[in-house]
Amino acid sequence: MSLSSLNPGQTAVLVIVVYLLSLIALGLLSQLVLRLTVADYFVASRGLGSVMLLMSLIGTTMTAFALIGSSGESWKSGIVVYGKMASWSGIIHAAMYFLIGLKLWAFGKKYGYVTQIQFFRDRFESDKLGLVLFPILVGLLIPYVLVGVISSGSAIEAVTAGAFPNLFKSVDPKLVGAVPYWLGSLVTCVVVLYYISAGGVRGTAWVNALQTVIFLVLGFAACFTIADKLGGPVAATKMVLEHNPTRLKREVTPEDKQLYAEKLAEFKTDPKKEIIKPVEPIPALKVEFTTYLFIPLSVAMFPHLFQYWLTARSAKKFRLSIIGQPLLIMIIWAPCVMIGIWATSAIVSGQPVIPPDFADMNKVLPIMVKKLASPTLGALLAGGIFAAVMSSLDAQFLSLGSLFTNDIVAHYAAANRFSEKQLVLIGRVFIVVIVAVCWWLGMILESKRQGVFALGVWCFSGFASLFPLLFAAIYWRRVTKAGAYASVLAAAATWFWLFRDSEFGKKGELGHWGFTPVTIIFASATISLVLISLITPPPSEMTINKFFTPSPKPMTSQTMTPRTAYAR
Amino acid sequence: MRKVIWGLLFLLAVLHQDFWNWNRIDPLIFDFIPIGLAYQIGVSIVAAILWAFAVHYCWPKDVDVPDSEAFDATPQGVGRSAHV
Repeated sequence: MSLSSLNPGQTAVLVIVVYLLSLIALGLLSQLVLRLTVADYFVASRGLGSVMLLMSLIGTTMTAFALIGSSGESWKSGIVVYGKMASWSGIIHAAMYFLIGLKLWAFGKKYGYVTQIQFFRDRFESDKLGLVLFPILVGLLIPYVLVGVISSGSAIEAVTAGAFPNLFKSVDPKLVGAVPYWLGSLVTCVVVLYYISAGGVRGTAWVNALQTVIFLVLGFAACFTIADKLGGPVAATKMVLEHNPTRLKREVTPEDKQLYAEKLAEFKTDPKKEIIKPVEPIPALKVEFTTYLFIPLSVAMFPHLFQYWLTARSAKKFRLSIIGQPLLIMIIWAPCVMIGIWATSAIVSGQPVIPPDFADMNKVLPIMVKKLASPTLGALLAGGIFAAVMSSLDAQFLSLGSLFTNDIVAHYAAANRFSEKQLVLIGRVFIVVIVAVCWWLGMILESKRQGVFALGVWCFSGFASLFPLLFAAIYWRRVTKAGAYASVLAAAATWFWLFRDSEFGKKGELGHWGFTPVTIIFASATISLVLISLITPPPSEMTINKFFTPSPKPMTSQTMTPRTAYAR
Repeated sequence: MRKVIWGLLFLLAVLHQDFWNWNRIDPLIFDFIPIGLAYQIGVSIVAAILWAFAVHYCWPKDVDVPDSEAFDATPQGVGRSAHV
């Protein structure tokens, strides 16, 4: 059987299988150099270089949303999405690496921290704070994992349609022969579990570097091919100017509304003459645009990012990641945003590429690629979506296992209660259980995938609301244990109140008084932190010296503070 | 110099709010990128340049920590951990 005899669905299956096998091979390869020590498994012996660190961090922070969501959002709301999410993230992510990542890396290296909770317990002299933070961090991470699991299963199903009609039946005529959702998401979970199990954080870093290259190249390849099919980028933008000019700016004037009404009337009167049904102009809100800066603050509190920060060989290895963040985010986002804008008005052979009244914005990029590019590029796009999904999932799985093993089991067990081998087993079982639960939840929620994507933004809001606590822990000597509890509890209560108000994500990000939810939660967390800290006794001199006095000498086992320094 | 760099980064965050481009499409950069989007792409490029200056001129002195035994300590240490 030659490649040309394969139908598009089978080509996609072939690309996916080759891709997944190459990830397994990389996992095997990393296993060969794994030294099977705690330091090597969790933080790659703190030995990652600049390029590998940059690629891993980009791969972890850029999810499927960077490819599918960016094009879908720009199709729905125009160019505003780039400024709201991409350029803000470029500035803020780099700031987080510089101001937070570097400091945490240094504390991690000095005091041996592997998780954020270890740092917070020490910094706030409170064992119980770990018990408060653990369910919050895990609870916020699980919906984020779910987004990845659902994206992978849905993407495999969509691109493999028609591959094996005799094997896979479907009630949906469009999905006959497709690898079913349950199987696609299961295979994704199993492959990720395999390579994180085989190579630890080093294995995931290698895989992430490969995956980041794939989706960097893919965005450009898709943009170039699609623009070419539309007569070049100039012609593609001209179509938007003619049919939906408001997607190229952020204001909506009365003249724009008038033009929209006229175009809509023309379409209704004679769809053959006015081929494109105009999309309703949506003005961008200036307050929302500004306050979106709070969302990327969430990266500072991602447990999986903390784990990657610790892998750097030296502080200097952060430099490329700090400078590269804005550029790589731009390279990934800009082509996808342009594709989304062109999709609003794209016409090929006298027919609209996106049908009128189309509503599923997550399918804008797949449809554009399917209709305007070759089946191979379509299959590669599926590979790119996996790359984006899996490069986040692996780090998330690993950090969930790390949180449970280090912050709960190893922390509360009596010394020498568990051997290293037993702890390893406990951690692996926890990861498998969490992945199984996520896969099962994904099966239940798959039909409501829109709502699950909305949950993703609520997760970011939750992580961002813990940022004041982290920032104060690093830079404010006066912050107290009571202030920390107040901040966490205020953030949790405000988050839950707003989340319930939005009918648990069904209404999306329902703001109040023109502000995004994250702004309100962030404000309540900050005010509680500052006020309660100022009226409660400051932390001990020992803790202040530990975190605010530079120590030029290497820490040794004699100078290490025992983990029981604070009362349990 | 440190203050200048931090000041410029703050200014960039302020200039990110390009409300004066809110209702503009023209000029189209390279004849196909609307000015509002081109401006924000420019913000990303300037951010990378400013962060390059920041890592050069504002690098914190206390982060280059020498190797320690803390991380490799046995599970009784602060960073008690296990691989999974």
